[in-house]
Amino acid sequence: MMLSGWGRFPQQWCALHQPRDEAEVRAAMATGPRIARGNGRGYGDCAMQRNATIEMRRFNRMLAFEEETGQLVTEAGVLLAEVIDTFLPRGWFPPVTPGTKFVTIGGMVAADVHGKNHHRDGTFGRFVDWIDLMGEDGEVRRCSPQENAELFAWTIGGMGLTGVILRVAFRLRRVESAWIRQTTLPARNLDHVMALFEENGAATYSVAWIDCLNTGSGLGRSALMLGEHACADELSRTRRNAPFSVPAKRSRTMPVDLPRAALNRMTVKAFNALYYRNARAAAGDALVDWDSYFYPLDAILEWNRIYGARGFMQFQCVLPLDSAHAGLTELLRAIIASGEGSFLSVLKRMGAEHGPFSFPMEGYTLALDFPFSSGTARLMERLDAITLDHGGRFYLAKDARMSAATLRRADPRADVLAKVRRDAGLANFRSSQSERLCL
Amino acid sequence: MTAAPVLIIGARSDIGMALAHRYAAAGHPVQLAARASKGLEADAANIALRHGTSASVHEIDILEPESFAAFLDSLPQLPHVAICVVGLLGDQATSQTDIAAAQLTMRSNYEGPALLTGLIAERFAARGSGTIIGISSVAGERGRASNYVYGSAKAGYTAFLSGLRNRLSKTGVHVMTVLPGFVRTRMTAGMDLPARLTAEPAAVAEAIFRAATKQRDVIYVKPVWRLVMAIIRAIPEGIFKGTKL
Repeated sequence: MMLSGWGRFPQQWCALHQPRDEAEVRAAMATGPRIARGNGRGYGDCAMQRNATIEMRRFNRMLAFEEETGQLVTEAGVLLAEVIDTFLPRGWFPPVTPGTKFVTIGGMVAADVHGKNHHRDGTFGRFVDWIDLMGEDGEVRRCSPQENAELFAWTIGGMGLTGVILRVAFRLRRVESAWIRQTTLPARNLDHVMALFEENGAATYSVAWIDCLNTGSGLGRSALMLGEHACADELSRTRRNAPFSVPAKRSRTMPVDLPRAALNRMTVKAFNALYYRNARAAAGDALVDWDSYFYPLDAILEWNRIYGARGFMQFQCVLPLDSAHAGLTELLRAIIASGEGSFLSVLKRMGAEHGPFSFPMEGYTLALDFPFSSGTARLMERLDAITLDHGGRFYLAKDARMSAATLRRADPRADVLAKVRRDAGLANFRSSQSERLCL
Repeated sequence: MTAAPVLIIGARSDIGMALAHRYAAAGHPVQLAARASKGLEADAANIALRHGTSASVHEIDILEPESFAAFLDSLPQLPHVAICVVGLLGDQATSQTDIAAAQLTMRSNYEGPALLTGLIAERFAARGSGTIIGISSVAGERGRASNYVYGSAKAGYTAFLSGLRNRLSKTGVHVMTVLPGFVRTRMTAGMDLPARLTAEPAAVAEAIFRAATKQRDVIYVKPVWRLVMAIIRAIPEGIFKGTKL
C-alpha cells in the first residue's frame, strides 16, 4: 500500500506486513530487503521499504514491571501514550519523551529520541537496559551492555538498520504528580535566549520556541519554557488529593487537508507574533498538565494536514557549542531571506553526545518545518550547507531528502555504521532512507 | 462489590482478547482459557500490568469434552461470568466433500461450545448465580449455500443457548446470546467486508460488556444486523433458494 512518514513526503508503494508473532516477522523478512516500522511518526522515509515494510504495531503487549527499579519490559509496538496512560496514575513517567506520545517504544529506540531534558539526562537510549533483536538469520538475540554489547550500542539510534526490535526493557522515572511547574522566560533575541539556556542548565526540562521571521536586533526572539515535575505539596489542596488526575481534554482531528494558500508568509508571521505575545503575557510560573506541556500538538490529531496534501519537510540540525551562535544566526538569516516561514520552530540546548550513531551532540539543536514547495528544497540545501560549515549534523528521524554526500560530510560515523552493517551481514535491513543515504 | 472473575473460553481469538481487556479494565480478574495456552502467558502479563487486575491462563481443548469437568475444577475459582468465544469458520467448499473437515467445523462450533456451556450452566445453577455469554453467529439464522456447514453448527448453538436461557430463567443464571455480524479479526483477514456492517473486536467487546450488565438476552453487535437478518429470514423459501447471498 501507499505509505509515507508523518511529513507525508515522500509517498511510496510498499508491501506492508503486520506480523503478530515472531514467526510472522521471520516470514516477512524472508522476502528480502525489509525495514521495521512503528507508528509512522518518523517524518520522512526512514520506516519505508518497497519490498517489505514490517509494521510492528501488533507487538503491543506490556510484559513485566519491577516496582523497585522502575524497569518496564514491553514489546516494540507499544505506544508511549499507552505507557503513560498505564503508569502515570501509579507515579511513573517516561525518562525521556519526544514531542509526540504517538510513537512506539521500538521507534524511540531506533531513533534514540531526545526530549526537553536532553541537556541533563541524555537520550532515551540511556534508559534502555536491554533489547531483543531479530537478526538476519531470524534468531532473536538479547542485546545489552553485557551481552552483544556492540549490537546493542548500534541498535540505539540505528534507525532499524541492525535488525527488527522485538522487545525493550527500559526504566521509568518516579514522579509525584501529573503536573509540570512551567516557567516562561521571554527572550529578546538569539543572544538573550542562549544566555538564558546557559543560566538555566539545572532545569529538568527546557525548550524554546523561536520566531524565525523577526529581523534585525530582534533576530531569534524566543520564549524559553522551563519545566519541573511538580511535587505533591506544590499542588492546590483539591489537586493534591488526586495528584495524577488532570482535567479531561477533548482532542480534535484536523478534518481536511488545508489548501496550500492557507499557510503563507502572512499567516505564519501572524501566528508567530501572536505566539510571542502570548508567551510574554504568560511569563512567569504556571502549573501545566503533562499532556499540554509535553504534547501540545497531539491534541490536534492529524495536525500534519495543516500543511496540505503535498505535505511538509522538517529540518533539524545540531550545532556544536562553539559555533552554535554563528551558525544559528546564519540559519535564521537564510530562512528570512528565503521568504519561507517555518510554522513551528524550536531551539534547544543539548547535552553530551552518547552512543555510536545517535543524533545529539553538546550544542544547540534547531528544528524547523516548511510546507513542501520547490522553494523549500532550495532553502533546505542552503540550511544543509550552513550546518556543514559550522560542524553540525542532522537528525535522521526528520530527514526526507538529504544526499548521501551531505550526510558523510556532516557525520563520519555514517561510514562506520555502513561498515558494521556490511561486516555483520545486515545489509538487507534497509529503508528507503538508508538506500538514499548509502548506509 | 469486589469484581467477580470472568472466564473467557477461546481467549486467543481477537474478540476473546478484546473481552479480556474490557472486563479487566472494569476491575474483573480474568481467566484466559485456550488450547496451547502457554502462549497466552504474555497476554496475561499484559492484561495484569495494564489494568492492575489478575489474569490467569488455563488449558482447554474444545474438542475433548471428557476434559471439561477437570478443566472447571482446575480454575482458581468458579467464575461469575463465562464467555464462550470458540469458533472455527472452516471452508465451505472443502466441508462439502471432506467429511472430516465438516465434522471439525460442526464439533468446534456446536458440540464443544454447547457441552462446555451446558456444564458451566449446571455449576452456575447449583450456586444460584452467574452469567453465561455464548458467541454464536448471524450465519446461524438461516442456512445459506456459501457457509451452511458453519451456519448450521452456529444455529445449533443458538438454539442450545435459547433453551438454556428458557430453562434457567427463574434460577438467577442469565444466558446471553451474541450474534456478531462481520468482525475484523484473524478469522476474516483478507475478506472484503462491507464497512457499515463490520465491527472492530474492541467494539464487539464493548457491546457485549454493556449488554451483559443490562442482562440482555440476544444481541446483534451492530443494530443494523437485526434489520438485515429480519429481512433475510422473511424471504420465502421458494425465492430464497434461488438467491446468492
